[in-house]
Amino acid sequence: MNKLQIILSGILKNNPTFVLVLGMCPTLGTTTSAANGMGMGLATMAVLIMSNLVISLVKNIIPDKVRIPAFIVIIASFVTIIQMLMQAFVPALYASLGVFIPLIVVNCIILGRAEAFASKNGAFDSILDGIGIGLGFTASLTVIGAVREILGSGAIFGISLGSADYMPLVFVLAPGGFLTLGYLMVLFNKLAKK
Amino acid sequence: MKSTLFNMTAVLLGITLVASAGVGVVNMITAEPIAAAEQAAKTEALTRVLPQFDTTEATTKTIDEMLITVYTASQSGQTVGYAVETMSKNGFGGPISLMVGFTPEGEVVNVNVLKQTETPGLGTKMADEGNSLLSSVKGQKLTEKKLVNGMLAVKKDGGDIDALTAATISSRAYVDAINRAWMAYKSVVDGVAPSAVSGATKQVPANEPEAQKGGKNE
Repeated sequence: MNKLQIILSGILKNNPTFVLVLGMCPTLGTTTSAANGMGMGLATMAVLIMSNLVISLVKNIIPDKVRIPAFIVIIASFVTIIQMLMQAFVPALYASLGVFIPLIVVNCIILGRAEAFASKNGAFDSILDGIGIGLGFTASLTVIGAVREILGSGAIFGISLGSADYMPLVFVLAPGGFLTLGYLMVLFNKLAKK
Repeated sequence: MKSTLFNMTAVLLGITLVASAGVGVVNMITAEPIAAAEQAAKTEALTRVLPQFDTTEATTKTIDEMLITVYTASQSGQTVGYAVETMSKNGFGGPISLMVGFTPEGEVVNVNVLKQTETPGLGTKMADEGNSLLSSVKGQKLTEKKLVNGMLAVKKDGGDIDALTAATISSRAYVDAINRAWMAYKSVVDGVAPSAVSGATKQVPANEPEAQKGGKNE
C-alpha cells in the first residue's frame, strides 16, 4: 500500500465509524453538536497518532505476553496528556466533552489500530495510519454531529438557524443518535460501494 | 523479545517509568494555565450576576449540609453586591448549581445556571435567556414575593414563581437553590447563622430514617 492509500483507506475503505464500527460509545455520546463531534474526533486523532508512533517504535522490545498491558499504559498516558492540554488551553471544549475525554483510553479504535497496524509496521506508516483513521473518525463524528444538531437544535456549530423551537428534540437524545448513525451508515456504505 | 519473567517485568517497569515521567512533565507545564482558566471561569460567572466590581471576598456557609459560598463584591472599597454560588440536589437529572447576584438592598441582579443535567428542551430551559423562572425573580426583592413559610415557592406550591412548562421538578429545584442562596445572603448581611431551607419535595426512600423531608430543624 503506498503512503497516500494508507491515509485514504482510513477515511473511506476502513472508516472506523461506518465500516469498522469501532468507538461507538463516544460516537453516540459526543455527537449532540457538530463542534463537540469535531473536538472529540480531533482529540482522539491526536492520541491515535502519538500512540501509533510510540508503539511502532517499541514494538520489538515488548515481550509478546505483556503487549496489551504495555499498549494500554502508553495509550492512557497520551490520553492523560491530551486531557491536561485541553483543560489548560481549550477549557470550554473540555467542559462540554466532560467524561468522554478520559474514555478515549478505552476507545476500541486506538487499541485496535495498535494491534492491527502499529505493532506490525514502521513508524512513518503508523503515523499515516493514525492520521487516516483519525481523519475518518473526525469526519464521521462531525457529520453525525451536524445532522443531529441541525435536526435537533436548529443550529449548526452553535449558529442558530432560527427554528430551534420547532425541531424534533429526539435527535439530540439517545434514540436520535442511534437513528442518525444507522441511516448515515447505510448511506455511506451504499456510496462507498460505487 | 522473548517473554521471560525478567523481560516482561523489566519492560513494563521501563514503560511505566517513562510514561509517568512524561505525564508529570506535562502536568507541570499545564498546572498554571489550568489554574488561570478556572479562575477566569469563576470571574466570568461572578461578572454575569453582579454590577461592576473590582474585588471579591468569599465566605462559605453550610446550609442543609451543602457548602454555599457568598462572594462579597466591592468597587473602590464600597460593597456593591453579593454573588452566591448555590446548589440544589433535587434536580430531575441530578444536582443543579446556580450563581445568584444580590444588591446590598436585597434585589436580585441576575441568576446564572452553572451546572445542570436536566431534560433537554424541558428542564434545560432554566438556563435560557428570559425564561419564566428567571423573570420571576430578576430585578425584584425576594421579600416582596409571595412566600410560603418564609421561602419562595412555585405557583403550584402556593408561591408566585412561574414554573417552567412541564418541568415542575426542575423548577422546584431552581427555587430550592435560590432559597438557599437567599438564606446565605441574609446570613452574611445580617450576621445571623443560617437555618435549614424547607421545600425539599423530592420523595425520599422509606429505609432512610435519617432523611428529612424538608422542614426547619432549628
